[in-house]
Amino acid sequence: MAEEECELSDEQKKEIAKWFLYNAPSGEIQYIAKDLRSVLNDDKLYDEATSEAFPLYNKSHLICLELPCRSGDVLITPYNELEENQFIEPRTAQIVTIDHVKQACTEVRPAADEELASPYVEEFRCALDAEILKYVEEAYPKGVCSVYCVDGKDAEGPGCNFEFAVVIAAARNSPKNFCNGSWRSVWNIKFKEDALEIKGKLQVDAHYFEEGNVQLDAEQECQDGTIFQAPDDCAISIANIIRHHEAEYLKSLETSYSNLSDKTFKDLRRKLPVTRTLFPWHNTLQFSLTRDIQKELGIGK
Amino acid sequence: MEAALGLMRRIPPKHSVTALSALVSLLPNHSSDLLSQVDQPLQVLCDSESGKEFILCEYNRDADSYRYYEGGISSVYLWEDNNEGFVACFLIKKDGARTAHGRRGYLQEGLWEAIHVIEVGPEDETTRYCLTSTVMLSLTTDKESSGTFNLSGSIRRQMTMDLPLADGHLCNMGKMIEEMEGKLRNSLDQVYFGKTKEMVCTLRPPSEVVMRLPNS
Repeated sequence: MAEEECELSDEQKKEIAKWFLYNAPSGEIQYIAKDLRSVLNDDKLYDEATSEAFPLYNKSHLICLELPCRSGDVLITPYNELEENQFIEPRTAQIVTIDHVKQACTEVRPAADEELASPYVEEFRCALDAEILKYVEEAYPKGVCSVYCVDGKDAEGPGCNFEFAVVIAAARNSPKNFCNGSWRSVWNIKFKEDALEIKGKLQVDAHYFEEGNVQLDAEQECQDGTIFQAPDDCAISIANIIRHHEAEYLKSLETSYSNLSDKTFKDLRRKLPVTRTLFPWHNTLQFSLTRDIQKELGIGK
Repeated sequence: MEAALGLMRRIPPKHSVTALSALVSLLPNHSSDLLSQVDQPLQVLCDSESGKEFILCEYNRDADSYRYYEGGISSVYLWEDNNEGFVACFLIKKDGARTAHGRRGYLQEGLWEAIHVIEVGPEDETTRYCLTSTVMLSLTTDKESSGTFNLSGSIRRQMTMDLPLADGHLCNMGKMIEEMEGKLRNSLDQVYFGKTKEMVCTLRPPSEVVMRLPNS
């Protein structure tokens, strides 16, 4: 087959394929992968692209996989990744191996002691996990959550700092209704000697694609703090802070929507022309461009 | 080709220019099909080739003659097709952020672009007009307190009408486009605002709703 002059290199094609995969809306990467396979028409290239893009996508979208034997779920995030395909599930103290491209669990084993947090840290983690679970069950119809220790997991006692990541994810996939969406929030909590530093990042996206392609993409960062207390009190405090910020964010999204609809949209296109009647197509001569141009140029009259 | 169009339907609209050029480079044999079937944001050019076009351009941008749009830009192109008829293409582009003069000021970036293509059949007792309209919208708010908020995308509809020539082509086509844009604007309201907002509230219902649910 003769090479065309502007033929892309395999490396370039792979990068393009990875770009498409990585930018897939929530819940749609498998559909994009299928279309991409057709377009690429080169299985080897397809396999390389998917094996590189899927892990990034999965971790960025905080996908949730079912554990074998229906023993629960595991979230795939950058915060609980031990090795490329291994993730820790602290609530049930298990290590899960997954196939990123198939988006499924392949192996589960109990976590070894050294893979888990120290008893001191675990007390805090566990209390927080319980409070967050309560919050998520109440606020999200289909939410999943987890708390991971991302730093200082071997801290032995007061004075040693450690850090948690609270991950909350909710996805709504309705391909038959041409509608998919997801909510992701990640809260970073630094436990220092006398205070807790809390940073949150909230992301919402929605995709509607019946006779079109409409996508919402919104995100917000926030900060807060509280004092260092006993594990249970910390947990309640943190959960309240999270609950407060997330509810506030939702309210501000609703405000954005109503502002957009009422005010901004009108800026772009009115429902009717300024004259408040439909455009008089019969009588366009009253708006004659040629006449006005003639006037401007001083021709004719 | 179908797969390529499938990809364009899913990729975030803000990346559509990149996506299309990526697809064209992956599928050079299909490039003309792709370019004609996928709508892209409109480029504004000031054409100085023929005096009339130049003036038309300048005139639309400055003056308020086309009272639909406060400061929109529009262009019309016509060409003959193979079936003894002709095709007309009406392009409209309106940038809300720049021209709103900060009056309402909610939009950091706001673009309305409409592409209306009418295939006009051979002239007869009644003439068939086949309109395919696409509206592309891009809205970004700049309220600092709510982070970034971007809503963008496109929707497409078709309409066919058989009309007598008594009122002339301009009148027939103008009315069709006006009707279609009205319908599209309402769809956009429901789709852009309605459906995506519904999704957000489904993912995480507002607190008032949650309180009313019985404890499980």
